Amino acid sequence: MNNQINFKPFDTALSENKLYPLTATDITIFQVNVGKLCNQACKHCHVDAGPNRQEIMNKEIMQACLNAIEKTDIPTVDITGGAPEMHPDFCWLINEFIERKRHVMVRSNLTVLTEPIYEKLPEFFAENKVEVVASLPYYLEQTTDRQRGSGVFKKSIEALKHLNSIGYGMEGTGLIMNLVYNPAGAFLPPLQNAIEADYKKEMLKRYEIAFNSLYTITNMPIGRFLNYLNASQNYNSYMEKLASAYNQNAASQVMCRYTLSVGWDGSLYDCDFNQMLGMKVNHGAPSRITDFDPVKLCNRRIVTGIHCYGCTAGAGSSCGGAVV
Amino acid sequence: MHTYYAPEDLSKFPTIGEGAPELWKKFSEWYGAVFKEGALSEREKALIALAVAHTIQCPYCIDAYTQTCLEKGSNEEQMTEAVHVAAAIRGGASLVHGVQMKKIVKKVSI
Repeated sequence: MNNQINFKPFDTALSENKLYPLTATDITIFQVNVGKLCNQACKHCHVDAGPNRQEIMNKEIMQACLNAIEKTDIPTVDITGGAPEMHPDFCWLINEFIERKRHVMVRSNLTVLTEPIYEKLPEFFAENKVEVVASLPYYLEQTTDRQRGSGVFKKSIEALKHLNSIGYGMEGTGLIMNLVYNPAGAFLPPLQNAIEADYKKEMLKRYEIAFNSLYTITNMPIGRFLNYLNASQNYNSYMEKLASAYNQNAASQVMCRYTLSVGWDGSLYDCDFNQMLGMKVNHGAPSRITDFDPVKLCNRRIVTGIHCYGCTAGAGSSCGGAVV
Repeated sequence: MHTYYAPEDLSKFPTIGEGAPELWKKFSEWYGAVFKEGALSEREKALIALAVAHTIQCPYCIDAYTQTCLEKGSNEEQMTEAVHVAAAIRGGASLVHGVQMKKIVKKVSI
């Protein structure tokens, strides 16, 4: 039901603000998606990740990532998935990046940290000062479980308490734990600072949990969330909502301008969303990690599509939350 | 026309300005200013609007302000309580007029 759409192409919106063609300005975040394997199958997942997915990064590609980052001074590595913790070489990869003096962030769904095989990972994170970015769509059980599956909220709270108990999210420890909010449906996220204040108050009052910052992320009209939009006949109204909320300030600061995303098979993308759509880096820059060329990639033209409205609506959206 | 109210009609609201553009401009500016953060937050104003929308039973307003409340960070519990406030005032307003009934009963009764 993708017909009768009533909004201009994304590149036209960029042109009207003199942002076309959108180009990278630098690479400060090197995002590595180690695969689609996950212990959950969330309704909003743009990766379409799940327990039956087989696609995971092999060690040669991991080594190519390490070789690539050695050619640069990119300060931050962002490891994501799926549930990246389930990759058999996950700890090895983190150790290698740490050895190369990079700040490592891990995107965790939290519940995986309650499984016996992975329950010591928080201590490993702490030893290496790994920043944890944890999904928690809402501070109420019913809303979270509706999106992420029955029982997810309770396990998430268990994992958060564990992380708090070893210093994560606690003032003065230097152990950073940020939470991620995303709307439980076809609507835009609230202002980040407003909902962060709610989360801080409610998480402390209800569960005695502390954290550093809350990132608000807009649901992207791709993957499983796109299926939901179509099945619920919300696609057109949601796309019109995103397009009508286009914000040129957000567009000028979108994360693809300073991020490079590596897929599980070594392909390069401007962001994790393009990765899920199979839209590789193009316009003359290399599209394989084995051909990594920092100069060409730092100045590359970004590959865009209508899904990009998801990152430019309202206060904008990125893997680090709102952008303006 | 299958129904007087169609969801897509909400986005046609600005066409009302075609007959009286100056009045529409004044209304739009005033409306926008009303909902800006002030002594009350945008979230509080959206919850008031949601409650009023239920009181006047305007489907356009209920649609618009349900989504606005969610986008301002309210949850379903809070929004349901706002609707109860509207319902309580409506119900209470009916009930309190029972005082008039009682006065008239007293006046005309021996």
